[in-house]
Amino acid sequence: MTSESNVKWIGKNTIRPDGADKVTGRAAYAADATMPGMIWGKILRSPHPHARIRSIDTSKAEALPGVKAVMTSADFVEFPVDTPVPIGIQDMRWMSRNIMARDKVLFAGHPVAAVAATTEKIAEQALELIEVDYEVLPWVIDVEEAMKPDAPILHDHIRFEGKPSNIAGKLEHTLGDVEAGFAQADVVIERSFRTEPVHQGYIEPHACLVSVSDGKATVWSSSQGQFMVRGMCAHMTGLPQNDIRAIPAEIGGGFGGKTIVYLEPVALVLAMKSGRPVKMQMTREEVFRATGPTSGSVSKVKIGATKDGKIVAAEGTWWLQAGALPGAPIRGPVGCGFAPYDIPNVHTLGFDVVCNRSKVAAYRAPGSPIGAYAVECVMDEVAEALGIDPLELRLRNAAKEGTKAAYGPVFPRIGYEETVRAAMEHPHYRAPLGPNQGRGVASGYWFNAGGESSAQVNINEDGSVVVITGHPDIGGSRASTANITAELLGIDYRKVSVLIGDTSVIGFSNLTGGSRVTYASAMAVTESTREVINTLKARAAKIWGIDPEAVIWENGEARPAGENAGNFEPLTLAEIAAKANSTGGPIGAGKQLNAVGAEGGFGTHICDVEVDRELGIARVVRYTAFQDVGRAIHPAYVEGQIQGGAAQGIGWALNEEYIYDKNGKLDNASFLDYRMPVCSDLPMIEAVIIEVPNPKHPQGVRGVGEVPIVPPLAAVANAIYNALGIRFYSLPMSPPKILAALEQTERLAAE
Amino acid sequence: MAKMHVSTTINGEPTEFLCDATDTLLDALRGPLGLTGSKEGCATGDCGACSVTVDGRLTCSCLMLAAEAEGREIGTIEGLSQGGKLHPLQQKFLEMAALQCGICTPGFLVASKALLDRNLEPTETEVRYWLAGNLCRCTGYDKIVHAVLETAAEMRGASR
Repeated sequence: MTSESNVKWIGKNTIRPDGADKVTGRAAYAADATMPGMIWGKILRSPHPHARIRSIDTSKAEALPGVKAVMTSADFVEFPVDTPVPIGIQDMRWMSRNIMARDKVLFAGHPVAAVAATTEKIAEQALELIEVDYEVLPWVIDVEEAMKPDAPILHDHIRFEGKPSNIAGKLEHTLGDVEAGFAQADVVIERSFRTEPVHQGYIEPHACLVSVSDGKATVWSSSQGQFMVRGMCAHMTGLPQNDIRAIPAEIGGGFGGKTIVYLEPVALVLAMKSGRPVKMQMTREEVFRATGPTSGSVSKVKIGATKDGKIVAAEGTWWLQAGALPGAPIRGPVGCGFAPYDIPNVHTLGFDVVCNRSKVAAYRAPGSPIGAYAVECVMDEVAEALGIDPLELRLRNAAKEGTKAAYGPVFPRIGYEETVRAAMEHPHYRAPLGPNQGRGVASGYWFNAGGESSAQVNINEDGSVVVITGHPDIGGSRASTANITAELLGIDYRKVSVLIGDTSVIGFSNLTGGSRVTYASAMAVTESTREVINTLKARAAKIWGIDPEAVIWENGEARPAGENAGNFEPLTLAEIAAKANSTGGPIGAGKQLNAVGAEGGFGTHICDVEVDRELGIARVVRYTAFQDVGRAIHPAYVEGQIQGGAAQGIGWALNEEYIYDKNGKLDNASFLDYRMPVCSDLPMIEAVIIEVPNPKHPQGVRGVGEVPIVPPLAAVANAIYNALGIRFYSLPMSPPKILAALEQTERLAAE
Repeated sequence: MAKMHVSTTINGEPTEFLCDATDTLLDALRGPLGLTGSKEGCATGDCGACSVTVDGRLTCSCLMLAAEAEGREIGTIEGLSQGGKLHPLQQKFLEMAALQCGICTPGFLVASKALLDRNLEPTETEVRYWLAGNLCRCTGYDKIVHAVLETAAEMRGASR
């Protein structure tokens, strides 16, 4: 392997391979695609949060001139509710019912039918001609309401403890004996928390273009996984996978929300029925109403510690909204919540609760921010009660190599302690605070994922290189691939082109998700490149007439291993490539593997806020995020992940929430009313990269992208407490909530 | 209803197109004109991904009717680089990794250029408020703001 002293490209901020296209407007996103003869698909959505569909009459829509196809769930394969049909972590029983309602509509915005017509306007007119007879049912959105004995039941087939219920699942981890642990504690603090659903907020609405000719389908779409798109389309339509070619368009953000399909199978059916290419594109309002935010939640966390600051027991229960169909990310809080700490007695419990709003989709470290919010706020109170610095408390209890996590594993070498120490030593932690300012800290953990990856590395005739991987590049992963390939081959990174292959070009590759892409694809690219290097050495040996074992590869050249091997001038990659045909043919290698050993990632954040007491606005005025990333292959994009994750977490903490009206309909389905952080809301976000190499990875990589959204919720809450002396136990800490709390405090003080 | 005929100038080139009376400028750019660099993130003027300049003024093309382009000078992302050479902002965005997924990037570049055309010495606060109409969900804005400030500094140096 490359030794540290002569590293040339790993750790360098190279220009990304797709960069020029993205700054000139040439990069092709799904909505930019067109085809001759293309028509437009639109979806009819339920106006009711909960209703039985008595009948759907599409005859008038079908008769409208310009309408080429109409579909309902009857055009999809029906998956019985009692037999799981898994694709990855998704279940096609629920996925198919989410993208087209069957028998019942389960949220306002739930698709009930779709049309394809020659223009968007005709398609919209046709939707108005579809007659749906609904039997309106009582509905429930709030997670606590949904668990009450008299709550409207969404699914007859879901039973909990033998009774019809909206609790669709439960997950529990136990380590040691919490009761005995709490008995040893000098300080025990127990608090309840509440969070609202928040949306991933990608700027690109879902879009696709599907063409079917001679029974073969081509799907261009914006997704986090072309193989996922192919698999789900195949399941829902019954087409074999070899009849579907899924092409990954450039993706305009996903954050987990594009790890599933909404439009592609619908467009595919419309294209099959009409014989025309069908384009579909969601409006922003549709994105908010009908694509997955993450869960709202209620939770209860209890932590017990001894006087010397040792945590002896911890307990947490989280109830998460799944939305219309099962699948809330309960493993996030239940597994990650207490993972930063070495605690002998832990009990965590999570419930997956269905309710009448759009089905949740993954959102950056799914569920873990909800877990850390509760745990890290209670940690702050424990530190205060014990009179210990909050980072010192974390350090005293930090998980390290050999710590057994409550969710199962014994940690290998991890970098959590390093993040806490770096935060303690950073000037930010000692910087003076101004009036109405406060400082908070919090930590966070995410599992990270490995899984299937494929790569192909080809040497061109002139010695330049093409690398193809199978993961949509959502934030600059092609730049990391170029760095790694150039490093291994010892050539300039500009000689390496990196492409994302479609499902017919590259072997199966799992989703861009779980912070897995750079981790896993680097393994496949490394193995492929190593095989290419072996071939290059063999070709040089052939040219020189010596044994391949007597050739070494160094700085982009083949050299004889030593004097015994013979005295030959080195052969460059370009020279060997030029002679490829006469020495055995084209040079290239492809590897497919299932990456294991992803290992989790930890971060610790420091947040300073300033509260405007007149307006109730909390502004983040300084923010520093410390994270163990294993090895930063492209540091600027690693920083970018950390900064972006922190910004999303700050939005979650301060402003973002789904608000429903009295009819069970989302009341803020626009970027104006769903307030994500804008440029003037944020300060610079300092990202401090800590590198504790992952011993199980050739370059030492750990996943990066998800950890940074985990700590901010509590970091901001703890900072607001530090500024005002008021603790908030629910999110978002938006101006009306802060103002009300300030007024109440003033009233109490006056009395 | 019959289509409307519009004569306009786009990125310095005389251009004609047909549109419906209800089409937005963004519809025309992305449809008949094939200029898909301007993106539709919301169609309500909240995200800035469709930013263009109209007679030099920064505008959300989703909030303007296509017919209103008659006789105007429209500037889009496709006109930012000249003769295959990237504008200093484009170059700096690449060098400083001021983009991740890239969907908001055309809008940020058009908006940033409109700022620097007016003010080559913006403060960080001025950059942040000028760009407050452009949403980015990937970067946390940090590297975008740095790239704009750095470009302004370089352009000031070059123009001295």
